Amino acid sequence: MDLSKEKVDALLSFLRQTKDREATCEDCLSAMAEFAETHLEGKSIPESLKAIEDHLEICGECKEEFEALLKTLREL
Amino acid sequence: MAVESDWIERLSGELSTRGAALADLRELLLAKLRHAFASSGDDFIEDVTQEALLKIHGSIDAFEGRSQFTTWALTIAVRVGYTELRRLRWKDVSLEQVTGNTDAIDAGRVDSQNEPAASAIRRQLVEDIHAIIEEKLTEKQRDVLQAELAGMPQEEIGRRLGTNRNAIYKLTYDARKKLKNELERRGYSKEDLSPA
Repeated sequence: MDLSKEKVDALLSFLRQTKDREATCEDCLSAMAEFAETHLEGKSIPESLKAIEDHLEICGECKEEFEALLKTLREL
Repeated sequence: MAVESDWIERLSGELSTRGAALADLRELLLAKLRHAFASSGDDFIEDVTQEALLKIHGSIDAFEGRSQFTTWALTIAVRVGYTELRRLRWKDVSLEQVTGNTDAIDAGRVDSQNEPAASAIRRQLVEDIHAIIEEKLTEKQRDVLQAELAGMPQEEIGRRLGTNRNAIYKLTYDARKKLKNELERRGYSKEDLSPA
């Protein structure tokens, strides 16, 4: 396996964000509604949701869904 | 339209009550998904709404009340929508196409070799990353990592490997952990891992 410079940079970015323990996409889905409401209320993120915040930094798919959710909630 | 506290009761109620609740929820989802997937057609929105309704109704027991019911329901609907959108976008791309795409590789290596002496650490880092990937990761981890770095969604990687997004996330997480631990063992600091 060989990687271009861009892919090495992307991988390094992933590695810098890699934690000893991480929430999975399923964990993220089950807590995303609570996380989104906390975010929209402008409250600080509680410790119980920190892993979700970290997951959204590293998982592009969950982040895309989270941003779409925020967009719809702002319209409610 | 139901107030938030009514949803569970209505969706779990008698047939007529449940039918009315599902109709209300359908209207709500349709309106919100049209906004979230504004560039997709009506058929797409209708299909996603229908599938989301089934998923929401089938997993009501998983709703723990940590948010508004409608927020929870929308979270599921948005995931259903993006899952379908990604499936459509990637339907003609095989895993082999993204894992076998090595066009940019030599250029990447040449770039790093042509950098001035000051970037010797970076050159060594790139070499070590390649070596660790070859020596420490499994073939499956290498394929999945390469597909992810090529931009293929985890959901789509999973579909091609007969597994799901969560399993792919765990697989790449294990690969990242192995890589990071081995780089640290070789003396690299977090600062060394900054993109060039």
